[in-house]
This record gives sequence, C-alpha cells and structure tokens, in this order.
Amino acid sequence: MFIKGIRLPGMSSLIIWGLLWELVGQSGLTFFLPPLSEILITLYEIGDSPAFLKALKETAQAFTVGVSAAILIGIPVGILMGKNRLLDELLLPWVNIFLSAPLTALVPVLMVLFGFGMRSIIITTSLFAIWIIILNSRAGVLQINRSLVEMGRCFGATPMAAFVKIYFWAALPEILGGVRIGIIRAVKGVIIGQLLISLVGFGALFELYSANFLMSHFWAVLIVLFALAFTISEFLAALERKFSYYAANR
Amino acid sequence: MEIAVSTRNISKTYPGNVEALRDLSLEFPRGQLTSLLGPSGCGKTTLLKIISGLLEPTSGEVEVNGKPVTGPGPDRAFVFQDFALLPWADVLRNVAFGLELRGVPVSEREDIAQQHIKNVGLDGFERSFPHELSGGMRQRVGLARALAVESEVLLMDEPFSAVDEQTRRKFQEDLLGLVERENKTFIFVTHSIEEAVYVSDQIAILLPRPSRVHEILRPENLRTKGVSDIRRDPEYLDTVDRIWASLRSYVE
Repeated sequence: MFIKGIRLPGMSSLIIWGLLWELVGQSGLTFFLPPLSEILITLYEIGDSPAFLKALKETAQAFTVGVSAAILIGIPVGILMGKNRLLDELLLPWVNIFLSAPLTALVPVLMVLFGFGMRSIIITTSLFAIWIIILNSRAGVLQINRSLVEMGRCFGATPMAAFVKIYFWAALPEILGGVRIGIIRAVKGVIIGQLLISLVGFGALFELYSANFLMSHFWAVLIVLFALAFTISEFLAALERKFSYYAANR
Repeated sequence: MEIAVSTRNISKTYPGNVEALRDLSLEFPRGQLTSLLGPSGCGKTTLLKIISGLLEPTSGEVEVNGKPVTGPGPDRAFVFQDFALLPWADVLRNVAFGLELRGVPVSEREDIAQQHIKNVGLDGFERSFPHELSGGMRQRVGLARALAVESEVLLMDEPFSAVDEQTRRKFQEDLLGLVERENKTFIFVTHSIEEAVYVSDQIAILLPRPSRVHEILRPENLRTKGVSDIRRDPEYLDTVDRIWASLRSYVE
C-alpha cells in the first residue's frame, strides 16, 4: 500500500494493531488483556519449557496425521464422485450435511466410540478438514473442459494416463483451494478435540492457564497457534497462486 | 478417386428422442479436403465426432481405409474449436502430447514436435504457455499437435471460428498449402459458406432436423488459382451464391 507516495511495508497494519494492544494493556483497563510486550516475554520464557514442547509435539502429531488422512482420502473420493454419477448421488447429501453440521457436538460421540486418547483427536481433526476437500475436488473435476476430456480420448489416453496427465492437473486449482480451507478448519478441529476430549496438548495448556488466570500465558499460546495457522494458510495460498495462472483459461 | 473415409447410413438419436442424424451416407476422397457445411444444429459436429469415434452412431457404420471404426484411433487426429490445449504445459509439451500418450520417448517426440512447431510458424515459442499466446497462435499449437501424430485423416471442428477475421484468412491460405503438401484427408466442419468454398475440394451441404446430405458440390478449377485470386473468381462467387440460395430458407 502507498500513502502519499511512500510505500508501506507489508505488515504495517499488524504493527498498528500491536501498538494499540500494548497501549490498552499498559493502561490496565482489564486483567484479561496484558500488554503485548509482557505476552512476548512470557512466550520467550515458556517457549522451551517441557510442558510447552510436549503440547506442541502432541498437537503437531495429531494435526499432521489427521490432515494427511483427510487429504489422502478426501481427494480421491472427491474425484471419484465427480466422475461417477451413482457414487455422487450416494455420498453428496452426507458430505453436505457434515460440511455444515456443528461437528463439535459430535465429539462426545467420538469419545465413546474411539476412547479418550489421541485416536479421537486425530479423527476429530480429519472430520473438520475432509468434507470441504471432498467437495472442492469434486467441483474441480466437474468443471473440467469437455473438449480436454475428448482430446485425451482422441489421442489415445488410457484411463490411468487421462487421470494422471489431464484430470488431476485440470482440477488442481480447486483441489488446492479445498486443501487450504480444510487445513484451516483442521486447526480448529485439533484444538477443539484436545479441549473436549482428553485435555492433552495445547488444549490442556489452555485449560490450565485460563483456570488459573495466567492471562499472558494464555495469550502467548494463542499467538503461537494463530501464527502457525496463518503461516500454513499463507504457504498454501502461495502454492495455489503458483497454479492459478491457468485456472482462468482451462 | 480413392475413398479414405466413408460413412454409411449413419443415424444418431440422442436420449429424449432427439434425432440428430438420419440415414446419412458420405464419402471422403483421399488427399482432399471435404467440408461439412450447414446451419447450426444440423449435426455436422455430431457427424465429425462419430467419425472420430468419440460418439457412437445409433445405427450405421464408419470406415477408415476399409476398416470399421469402433472408437478413437491413431489413424485420425482432431483439431478442436476451443483448441483443447493443456494450460499447465508449454507449447513443446502440448504439441508432443499426442506422442507422449503413445509412449514415444521424450527426446524423439520433442524432435518431432519441434519440426511441426516450425512448420506452423511458432518458432521460438516452444517454452511459452497457452495463456501467453493469442487465439490464432493457440490454434496453431492445436494444429501442430494433430500433425505431429502423423494421422492420415485430420478432423477439424470449426477450427478457425474462435480467431479473429485477419488471422482466419491467413489460416485459410495456410490450410490450402497444407492440403497440397501433406497427403492427408481433411474433414472440415464450418458454418461459413465463404470459408467452405475457399478451402474445399468437396462441400457437403447438410440440412437440419434431422440432418441429411442435401447436396454435394465440387468446385472444379479453384485449386489451380492462387490463394489471393480465389475470392475474385466467378466460380467462387457463383458457388457461394448457389449455396446461400439453398440454405436461406432454413435460416430463421
């Protein structure tokens, strides 16, 4: 952005909001909001404590496994739904229901089914991410230009070659969009899972800090989570842009 | 006159009892360009797709070199109206894509593609992507891809309708050169009367609902004229007039 011809650095707005936060915090308006500087110092202190690292590791594990499962199952299912009418009729209502359903309400059921451990958290994470990935992959396949499909047939593509060399690439912009939104939802899923199910990982830290009114600790963990989610999302958005040059003229 | 492609008693009914073609028989001489000309909805693209093997006729059969067509095959190549290029691949890969699908090794297929890129006048654009090219250049890529697989029959579905008028004229001139140089059989779908008369050895006029062949015209002396003299030739003008006279009652 430019103001009076001077180019502002990319994160300018963040700096302004940070300063505002610091001012409100310093004024002592509410105990709920400590100054940003204090939070950053706390973050530095707890950053290498065993409790924090354990929480980070547990969360990263549940997140990685849950998201990988959602991607590895979601993309093929979405592509198959786009290519197979019968499968589409069978599954689409369910996908739409689960996409809009308040999944948090399902977590207690998952606890009963899969126990109070890591397994339930991973499944919660997957459930948050998978539906939008399925739906987007399906949409990506459905919009493939018909003449591109005919071109493949005309020049003798085997079904496998058509899938690998044409369909997957033609649907890639939509697939990546779905994966990005799915991953953002998975961040919610993994925290909600940890909070509700077994109080491990960051969920446990949140409980601990907020129950003891350790507000700067609470905010420090929150900032870490926000930063992680934001970084992942930006990385995927950059990846999406790398392929979007052809999204407009397929 | 040797026949390269023949369609015999082709009928095509789409679901919902929509009759697109009825009992249509046509013969396409080898080494010549035959146009399928008619108003929109007359089934000319349907016929082309049946010849290509993309569509199955409800009844009747297509033969290429005496062999019945059961699906797409290497003896026919298709040039698409909307080019149908891979937007994520550069010109070189797009032109070589037909060969890639046939399992030709990389270096060999790129050599062949390079040759055809040069032939269609796209030298120096090997590493460009389709979205960086104009419509006319994109269709040159589509044409080069179809030429690269060395098929005997070239099927062209309104190939010049998505490019601007000047480019289109240049294409038509180049197409005449191509027909003369390459000993291929061209089947060319168009809705432009002038274009059909300009480029064709044989024009099949189709009438709609259901489609049947109304008339077959063979301009006799246009091939011997220079590319820039054809449009002034009395035979050209008469043929255009005659076709319009028989089509005008079918245009709303």
